[in-house]
Amino acid sequence: MSILVNKNSRVLVQGFTGAEGSSHATQMIDYGTNVVGGVTPNKGGTQHLNLPVFNTVKEAKIATDANVSIIFVPPILAADAILEATDSNMPLIICITEGIPVRDMVTVKAALKNSNSILIGPNCPGIITPDEAKVGIMPGFIFKKGKIGLISKSGTLTYEAADQIAKAGLGISTAIGIGGDPIIGTSTKQAIELFMNDPDTEAIVMIGEIGGSMEAEAARWIKANGNKKPVIGFIAGQTAPPGRRMGHAGAIVGGAEDTAEAKMEIMTQCGIHVVKSPAEIGKTVKKILG
Amino acid sequence: MNLHEYQAKEILKAFQVPVQDGIVAETINQATEAYKKITEETGSKFAVIKAQIHAGGRGKGKIENTEQRGVCVVKSLEEATQAATNLLSNKLITIQTGPKGKIVNKIFVAKDAYTTGPAATQEFYLSMLLDRAKGEFVIIYSTEGGVDIEKVAHETPDKIFKEWINPTVGLANFQLRDIAFNLGLKGEAAKSCQKFVANLYKAFINTDCSLLEINPLFKNSQDQILAVDCKMSIEDNALIRHPELEAIRDLSEEDPIEIEAGKYNLNFIKLDGNVGCMVNGAGLAMATMDIIKLSGGDPANFLDVGGGANAQTVEAGFRIILKEPNVKAILINIFGGIVRCDKVANGVIEAYKKIGNINIPIIARLQGNSAELAKELLDKSGLKVVSAIELEDAAKLVTQALL
Repeated sequence: MSILVNKNSRVLVQGFTGAEGSSHATQMIDYGTNVVGGVTPNKGGTQHLNLPVFNTVKEAKIATDANVSIIFVPPILAADAILEATDSNMPLIICITEGIPVRDMVTVKAALKNSNSILIGPNCPGIITPDEAKVGIMPGFIFKKGKIGLISKSGTLTYEAADQIAKAGLGISTAIGIGGDPIIGTSTKQAIELFMNDPDTEAIVMIGEIGGSMEAEAARWIKANGNKKPVIGFIAGQTAPPGRRMGHAGAIVGGAEDTAEAKMEIMTQCGIHVVKSPAEIGKTVKKILG
Repeated sequence: MNLHEYQAKEILKAFQVPVQDGIVAETINQATEAYKKITEETGSKFAVIKAQIHAGGRGKGKIENTEQRGVCVVKSLEEATQAATNLLSNKLITIQTGPKGKIVNKIFVAKDAYTTGPAATQEFYLSMLLDRAKGEFVIIYSTEGGVDIEKVAHETPDKIFKEWINPTVGLANFQLRDIAFNLGLKGEAAKSCQKFVANLYKAFINTDCSLLEINPLFKNSQDQILAVDCKMSIEDNALIRHPELEAIRDLSEEDPIEIEAGKYNLNFIKLDGNVGCMVNGAGLAMATMDIIKLSGGDPANFLDVGGGANAQTVEAGFRIILKEPNVKAILINIFGGIVRCDKVANGVIEAYKKIGNINIPIIARLQGNSAELAKELLDKSGLKVVSAIELEDAAKLVTQALL
């Protein structure tokens, strides 16, 4: 009933003993996520939240058989944390950290090409498969179980959409926050592809924003692959002035092609149900699924 | 973070990148001294005076209500003094500043690079930036320099060349040769170009630039390549490892309200509309601006208060938004995930009472954790605050507030 994370996910927390890592690990455990341990260099051998702490990802993976790693490491050190997880062949890496310098992410992106790891983020809220696993910082109670796949570049806007979907009487198969940075591990298109191949996802909601070409790329892919499942889309930033970064490092209009208007136009042409108002996401999903 | 041309050139010099050198001046006196020093060094009467503002189009731009351009060639002490007098403390209007213009606080008195000699001079274009789609840095260059590169890309795309840089390999020698050949350079000029680009790339990487643009990239009459102009932006996320660059930030070029907001950890961008907004999260903040527009208003700002929507941040947000007299209403849109809405509501009430007389309607849409309780608190507060839980209702309240 999901993609990427489920009740079999064995989650390792990098930056486990820090304030963010501790707080969110606790909430993930409370949600029912199977957190198996954490990594904090130089604190290996100790216990934290009644779980083992390791010095390195390699050690932790051998000891715990973790298959997902979530990263709460400060921006300047976070790229190195991703590289460490990649080097340990961690199948899924979720990086929450916001503010990683672009130069560091260019290096990470190159390393990922030669690995089997999937990176989600950085600068994202994580992934949740309702009632199974929450590997992220989102408030779990908003996400009701169902058959809608949700992809978003932003945190609170994901919660908004999930809440509207729940109020429309529907639910979520999996929600992925792919991140708001200019370089991210998993693109909108890649996430859509996962949902298209998931037998338990019946429709997809994709929430994008100004900047970059990921939504257009995803839209063209959806059309080229025969619009197999209905896709409902929204692009935030219709009123954003060009040349200004709107909070997210990647949310900047640089040319004629990456405005909200241009993206919505391409999405419409590719058979996506584009919602103009962010207040109508839930309603539209309901209408389309009849 | 944007740098001035004179600051960028200092950085390039440290990386052995040849530039059209000069002296920065903040007063007319400093400018005349700089002119004397420069002309003494070069043995020529020619010098170039360049306004230092964070905007392009300076060469074609003019000082408000005059014919004084932002960049001009002078050939005597009198002309240099006149240009400095015309520029300093006056408003320069360029295609990028818009009609508001920018005050010129500094000018750069530069050597004349265009002297005649054995070889013909030529202008090219070269920039380094991120290609988002590929996740790699790219060098974009063209034989057409000193002009608007977007126009060149549109009208004659065959004159634009690109070299993508493999992050694990770095900028390779064959790419340096390609650049020189594609620009039509030979012999000494080609060698000079390769060295120039290699060092420029070092500067780009080591200072974490988000943009490094040399326009024009110039071949002088001695077949040497140098940067006549330079636009350099440092990536904000990387400033933490460059305290020396953070130290030369020119705050006078930035919006004072945005600087103040930064002190409260508020991510604020001023816009020209009539409805202010205060939101948690960047994506929801953009979506809230869109809602304002769809409700018949125009957003007065972007404001992301982040995870900490408490009395202090709300108060700071109110005060900053209220500075703008055009604002007719404020929409607060908080999605309470981990943060409880009733706490945010109490923060709003506390901030409102502390400020006292707010003469415009406040629309508070608090959704998520404890939303019902928050609405009750706001409705019973007796303040000029209307509340909503659903985004749709908040949109209707915005429309009503503007009637």
